[in-house]
Amino acid sequence: MPGTPTEIATRHLAETSRWKPLEFAFWLVAFGAIWLLPSHHLILNEIIITALFAMSLDLILGYAGIASLGHAAFFGFGAYFAGIFAIRVIGDPLTGLILATLASGALGFITSFLVLRGVDLARLMVTLGVALVLGEIANKMTWLTGGADGLQGVMMGPVLGLFEFDLYGRTAYVYSLVVTFLLFLLARRIVVSPFGLSLRTIRDNPLRARAIGIPVNRRLIAVYTLAAAYAGAAGALLAQTTQFVSLDVIALHRSADVLLMLVIGGTGYLYGGFAGAIVFKVLQDVISNWTPQYWTFWIGLILVILVLIGRERMNHRVAVLWARLRGKPEPRPRTIVGGH
Amino acid sequence: MSRRNFLKAGAVAMGLALMAGTALAQDAIKIGLILPMTGPFTSTGKQIAAAAQLYMAQKGTTIAGKKVELIIKDDTGVADVTRRIAQELIVNDKVTAIAGFGLTPLALATAPLATQSKTPMVVMSAATGIITERSPFIVRTSQVVPQIAGPFGEWVAKQGMKRVVTVVTDYGPGHDVEKWFSDVFKANGGQVENLRVPLANPDFSPFLQKVADSKPDALLVFVPSGVGSQFMKQFVERGLDKSGIKLIGTGDVTDDDILNTIGDVALGVVTAHHYSAAHDSPENKAFVEAFKKANNGLRPNFMAVGGYDGMHALYEGLKKTNGAGGEALVEAMKGLAWNSPRGPMSIDKDTRDIIQNVYIRKVEKVGNELFNIEFATIPNVKDPSKAK
Repeated sequence: MPGTPTEIATRHLAETSRWKPLEFAFWLVAFGAIWLLPSHHLILNEIIITALFAMSLDLILGYAGIASLGHAAFFGFGAYFAGIFAIRVIGDPLTGLILATLASGALGFITSFLVLRGVDLARLMVTLGVALVLGEIANKMTWLTGGADGLQGVMMGPVLGLFEFDLYGRTAYVYSLVVTFLLFLLARRIVVSPFGLSLRTIRDNPLRARAIGIPVNRRLIAVYTLAAAYAGAAGALLAQTTQFVSLDVIALHRSADVLLMLVIGGTGYLYGGFAGAIVFKVLQDVISNWTPQYWTFWIGLILVILVLIGRERMNHRVAVLWARLRGKPEPRPRTIVGGH
Repeated sequence: MSRRNFLKAGAVAMGLALMAGTALAQDAIKIGLILPMTGPFTSTGKQIAAAAQLYMAQKGTTIAGKKVELIIKDDTGVADVTRRIAQELIVNDKVTAIAGFGLTPLALATAPLATQSKTPMVVMSAATGIITERSPFIVRTSQVVPQIAGPFGEWVAKQGMKRVVTVVTDYGPGHDVEKWFSDVFKANGGQVENLRVPLANPDFSPFLQKVADSKPDALLVFVPSGVGSQFMKQFVERGLDKSGIKLIGTGDVTDDDILNTIGDVALGVVTAHHYSAAHDSPENKAFVEAFKKANNGLRPNFMAVGGYDGMHALYEGLKKTNGAGGEALVEAMKGLAWNSPRGPMSIDKDTRDIIQNVYIRKVEKVGNELFNIEFATIPNVKDPSKAK
């Protein structure tokens, strides 16, 4: 169906924005887990928060091609903001969450100018540096953050004034899941919009993007700010549901772990963070229950195998199988958007 | 699957999960042991887990006709994971008590849970003073930093030393050591100069140069145990050991676990601590021998003894309560006193913190191995930060 370029573009956008059956299934299972897995709400809460955090990194890595080793800066900032807000101002979770999200976004906006300054390696260093600086500030400002002992005395009020955080983690999971779902819907809308498409153009060829009139820097600032706000929301959720914040929310291993999850789950389709977080956390939980001392060995081995086999190839196998089951022609092998 | 079937399946699954939970809870006394088994603090976790398992192997696994079960979990040294694991152990596994806690923030993150769920919580490692004040369900069997550093300051002053330079790592426990040692030392007529080294970048040469220039009577050092060997090597390389400046510290620096790998540069270092593997008592000889035998020749350190005594406190408490947990168990553990491998110790019935001897030791060679040989004892030290 040829047509004018505008028609083709509109059609392409509409096509990519359509919900696929697997997506429905995913969210059905995620919400079903509220009733189906009552004794696992605590780990589910941790998984969904990590997934939101990973998704925020995917927004800049998978869609805009900005590699970051310091994304935990925003996660940690959001966590500390929400924790300190609850102690010093008011314990209402939603107010704290919204303000922490906005504040992290503001921090992302300010630091985005530093990130614009370089390309890949320089960006890695700059983002890492920002996280280290914030980590040290949190360490030093003991009167505000509790320093190395962690922030104590966070007391959260009930969500919407109705649902108290319980020991079983049910409220925590439902709260985190709903927030993540809403933020996901927004992100999904954004990435299939013309704005999202322009980001992908920048990722694939910034020179050309500039040549065809895309304001590259402004787009990058916008998406970096958005990703920072998302990471801040994830951090705020963690602080509120665990009612404790310690320095490791901002530590290097958080940034590295979330990058690892995107390696497992894939970038550039928003679900990579979810898939990675689920695989990583569940493997960690299962294997470390079985061997608390040596689980990192097995995780490492699985990662190596995963990379050797290649995620694209595995995804392709699944796609072929799916097509055969439905009696459709086999799809051509296709790299995931964002795979280099 | 229709909605009705879906709901039915859900209800059945939930029912089964609940039944499984309650059925198990009645049969056994479960103790959840949460430790950093991977990451930078692996050795803490390894020592405590090994000691707890040794205790159970020696004392049997039955109390009041119920089976005692130990569940070991890895928290990787990250506070929110510690808290989540503790929560899961309490609500899913229905543990009678939680124990372990390698670092201060890990214990502090979990403290409100212990209060909320009325679960006794035995701290086997974390050493900051405030921990036991954060929940009435916390009992500690490791050490309290002021308990070691304070009396040490007094002892050093009594040896006739007038000027001491302290070099501590710039983080919580380091600040505690610096504060308590300095305050007590000054109160006893000494002069102190405080230096702090960053946690991330341990290059000691500028600090050691400063020390060499100011020529104090002694240099007090507190650094994480792995970094300790580096510090001592540089201390010797710069010839400070021959300049008449005495190297002193808390026992963390000459940790039994790594003392032999530090090597001869550690010889003559004087430290204060609550446990040495060379402590001269029949209880300790038996403990060290059994521990080594069960762990491939690994020497127990102060972490191990904290885990061993933590299990003892739980066992004795559970015997008194006939296997019941909650407030009764905490009450039963208050005021317990016994002869530990480290020497006589007790649980303060007012603060639930540990009361123990602090020993002054010197690193010496025995056969081919290095040991902290105790030569002076400060008996029954309470945590001075709580003694008001």
